[in-house]
Amino acid sequence: MNSIRYFLIIFSFISFPLISFASGDKNPEKEFNVSEMIMHHVKDAHEWHLWGGELNGVSIYLPVILYDNEVKVFSSENFYHGEHIVAADHKTHQPISYLKGKGEATGYGMFHEKIYKLEKNQLNFEDGHVHGNIQPIDLSITKNVTSLFIGAIIILILILSMARFYKSNGAVAPKGIAKFIEPLVVVIRDDIAKENIGHGKHHKYVPYLLTIFFFIWFNNLLGLIPIFPGGANLTGNITITFFLALCTLILTLFSSNKNYWKHIFATPGVPVALMPIMIPIEIVGIFTKPFALTIRLFANITGGHIIILALISIIFINKNIAWGALSVPMALFISCLEMLVAVLQAYLFALLSALFIGAAVEEAHH
Amino acid sequence: MDLVTPDLGLLFWTGLVFCLLLFVLTKFAWKPILKMVNEREQKISEALDLAEKTKAEMQAMQSENEALLKEARAQRDSMLKDAKNVSDKMIEEAKEKAKSEAQKIVNSAKDSINSEKLQAMNELKTHVAGLSLEIAEKIIRTELSTDDKQKALAEKMADDINMN
Repeated sequence: MNSIRYFLIIFSFISFPLISFASGDKNPEKEFNVSEMIMHHVKDAHEWHLWGGELNGVSIYLPVILYDNEVKVFSSENFYHGEHIVAADHKTHQPISYLKGKGEATGYGMFHEKIYKLEKNQLNFEDGHVHGNIQPIDLSITKNVTSLFIGAIIILILILSMARFYKSNGAVAPKGIAKFIEPLVVVIRDDIAKENIGHGKHHKYVPYLLTIFFFIWFNNLLGLIPIFPGGANLTGNITITFFLALCTLILTLFSSNKNYWKHIFATPGVPVALMPIMIPIEIVGIFTKPFALTIRLFANITGGHIIILALISIIFINKNIAWGALSVPMALFISCLEMLVAVLQAYLFALLSALFIGAAVEEAHH
Repeated sequence: MDLVTPDLGLLFWTGLVFCLLLFVLTKFAWKPILKMVNEREQKISEALDLAEKTKAEMQAMQSENEALLKEARAQRDSMLKDAKNVSDKMIEEAKEKAKSEAQKIVNSAKDSINSEKLQAMNELKTHVAGLSLEIAEKIIRTELSTDDKQKALAEKMADDINMN
């Protein structure tokens, strides 16, 4: 009985994109553009589109925060409900449309979710890119930032309620949420930290690994929920994965010992003649590891989103609901796979972080 | 291209949120949780150790009990044996005593019987001797009542002497 209920919950999550995209991205005037729709979904935005088309759509307009000599805060509605300008490219002379801000956003234009300062009251384009317009520092609460906040709040509520359980009950057998989280905590402590960093030295890294694991996992899952408050491609955003990998890199470098640097600058067992080749390779190696972390998470999550959206798009490309018989089961399958990928990538990120830290704190073998 | 270009604003917010999350969770969640989990694991391993120890103790006690029981049994057996020996001895002694007493009684009875018998025999002897004398007197008187008879006797005696 329970498994049926879980299945229905999962199924309802998965079947929602049908509804949202069916109404959301259908534009009766324009030809349905798959790649545009997919790119629009996997990229960040200054609004959170809920449902509806261009004319009758419902969106949450998120706050825009600009730093342009002074801090400016206003609603992104000033762009989305501003002027739709069609300009000509200076080189290719193709028409390009952008949004010109109104009200508090006057003097700014938005092209592909990037905000530029208007020069002579317009944006200038060359080869399809904005040319000659200054980009103010954009610290807006975008869709991804909102999703980040929601994810952080969910994690805080879950984990802190687990901590409260222990606080009020002492060291007893876990119940409720603690029962669910504790095995994961133990796995990360024992199988990831203790195994890869080394006994005795792993203690101070366990909180970081736990935070990384739950942050990635919960945000992955949140991204798989097609409706608000999910559906943002947060962990499939290169900025997020870059930042997380950067944290691991910084932690690795700060906890590295003499042995780690000795392996880089004087690899034992390598002839001196090879050193000019080995040292650059080893130095590059320091950065390729977190770079691989960045790309792995980004590509996995973005790829998952793209596949699901592409499968759903089959219906709209063919303009026939009967194609749903093909695309829905396939999207369902991929969605289930993505739920596995969500936890797998979180686990892998934590595991590889632990591995890199472990290599940095490893003592010389005798 | 902007799909793979990090965005400054998002980087700022991610950094802020992640660092805050890391700080808050470490301070208020992970450390207390890990402490409790460690504590519980320690408690469990201690309890297991204690159980193991108790089991060993129980086993030791059991074997001790068994040894004790065995000893007690042996003691009882030896006590029983001793008692039996003693009782046997006592019975034997009693028997011996009874026997010797009986012997004594029998002996004294025999002695008195013998002496009584002797006395009786003596009495009987004297009595018989008296009686015999009397009878002999009577017979002799009868034998020697007539001359013929005296003569015949004399002859016979003479015959006996002659024949010798």
